[in-house]
Amino acid sequence: MGFFHRHRGLTPYLLLAPGMLFLAVFFLVPLGFLAYQSLETGSIDFGYHFTWAWGNYWDAIRHYRGHFVRSFEYAGIATVLALVFSYPVAYWIAFRGGRWKNLLLLFIVAPFFVTYLIRTLAWQTILSDNGLVVRILRDIHVLGSGGRLLATATAVVAGITYNFLPFMALPLYVSLEQIDHSLIEAAEDLYASKWKAFLRVTLPLSMPGVVAGTLLTFIPAAGDFINAQLLGSPTNHMIGNVIESKYKELLDYPAAASMSFVLMAIILVLVLAYARAVGTEKLTG
Amino acid sequence: MSTVAIPAPRARPSALARAWAFVRRHTLTVYSLLFFAYLLLPIGVVVAFSFNNPKGRFNYTWQGFTWKNWAQWDAIPDLKSALTLSLEIALIASLVATALGTLIALALVRYGFRGRASTNLLVFLPLSTPEIVLGASLLTLFLNLNNVFAIGFWTILIAHIMFCISFAVVTVKARLIGFDRHLEEAAMDLGANEWLTFQKVTLPLIAPAILAALLLCFAISIDDFVVTYFNAGNRVTFPIFVWGSARVATPPQINVIGTAIFVVAVTLMLANVVLQRVRESKGAV
Repeated sequence: MGFFHRHRGLTPYLLLAPGMLFLAVFFLVPLGFLAYQSLETGSIDFGYHFTWAWGNYWDAIRHYRGHFVRSFEYAGIATVLALVFSYPVAYWIAFRGGRWKNLLLLFIVAPFFVTYLIRTLAWQTILSDNGLVVRILRDIHVLGSGGRLLATATAVVAGITYNFLPFMALPLYVSLEQIDHSLIEAAEDLYASKWKAFLRVTLPLSMPGVVAGTLLTFIPAAGDFINAQLLGSPTNHMIGNVIESKYKELLDYPAAASMSFVLMAIILVLVLAYARAVGTEKLTG
Repeated sequence: MSTVAIPAPRARPSALARAWAFVRRHTLTVYSLLFFAYLLLPIGVVVAFSFNNPKGRFNYTWQGFTWKNWAQWDAIPDLKSALTLSLEIALIASLVATALGTLIALALVRYGFRGRASTNLLVFLPLSTPEIVLGASLLTLFLNLNNVFAIGFWTILIAHIMFCISFAVVTVKARLIGFDRHLEEAAMDLGANEWLTFQKVTLPLIAPAILAALLLCFAISIDDFVVTYFNAGNRVTFPIFVWGSARVATPPQINVIGTAIFVVAVTLMLANVVLQRVRESKGAV
């Protein structure tokens, strides 16, 4: 250990080296390859060649603008719904959970223990045409007699909302749990109503959780294709579905790569804007 | 006779009014319970349909109870090998990723060094990249270097280690930040060198976080579909098997495996909650 003592400054780099090298080679370098591939032209039969084909990006946006818009629309609605649904519960666990907090958190993450695809298939069953939900909605005339949920935008957004809820609820809980209760008491001692104390003290203090939860929900939701595939119809397809089929079925790699990059770029801009607003340390925990 | 005004007996509030008062007082609790019911509903469906006795190829409507699917869980060709592959990958990937991630977390929390901010960023980026982009970019790398990487077991493993590292870092880091460094200083003052201190003081204290990271990585790995789907070639993991079967037939054995994974995961988490309870009541750190 004498070596470490003489070169103390080197220790952190030695600790970092294996993991960071792995991330560099299998996360950063692939992104470089993706960028390279996105500027190629050709076909799968005659091979793809690098030609600085910036037109791929133009084509991606022009032909699939609807899919991009739909992706961010669905992801945005699902994120807002997830925030509204899970904030009260996160609050309830943090402030009223007492000694049951850990157990209640287990309920929150329970969906994660069922394989993603299987729980989405379960929603397919629940929302199916002869399922209970559709029958009730038809009986109370929310849906027409032939109305359905499956293969609609509603089903896709509902699926996305459900599947990413824990990503929203957990960071919300963490930030609410850290709030010093005496601050809220102080506000109430100073004659703030319960509601006002919440708006002026609790809510602002929970903002890091709101920001982290929003990002953790919105990012995977925007790139998702499973919900649209299993719960929607082709008119509900998102950009993820297009990328998936271009890569896996049509083998049109440059188009798929440029679309991935556009998706990544839009998301990155949003994340960086957030990171600037709240500081990276808060985001990364 | 003194004239003491006897207050008129207050009319007993009606049952309805009392119920309303109860609801108002417990709105948040009631809402939270409804929320939990919503979270658990699809899980209930998955479990219930593992006992279904479907007549056709699809397991979407309830047709009768049977133990058959559990008794003959491996009657479906290729299901067992898919599950085995998923378990193998999850085991190796979680071990490697947790080891690499723990080292990164130690460096990030313990040492001030040049490049700390960019290290944080590189750890955070994979978490904020949609899975489809992670999968597509890795596939691009593997396709372009196809004389180095044969797409199959190893490419799946590499992909899983890559996306697990960041989760491991975040988990271990959270524990290290709330850690009393005086304990280590005391050990050093008593003549222990750095390595001995790490072995005897640091490691036992962060062991729960390492275990948590292992479990988290295992759970994420065994559940992953998107990245795996891109980089699996013709190998079939359990989620890929589910995806393939969703198009042609969904044998109830899928629900059996899904339920089994859920039960094992919840049992482990419950054990962890109980263990923490015991540690806390003992006053241990």
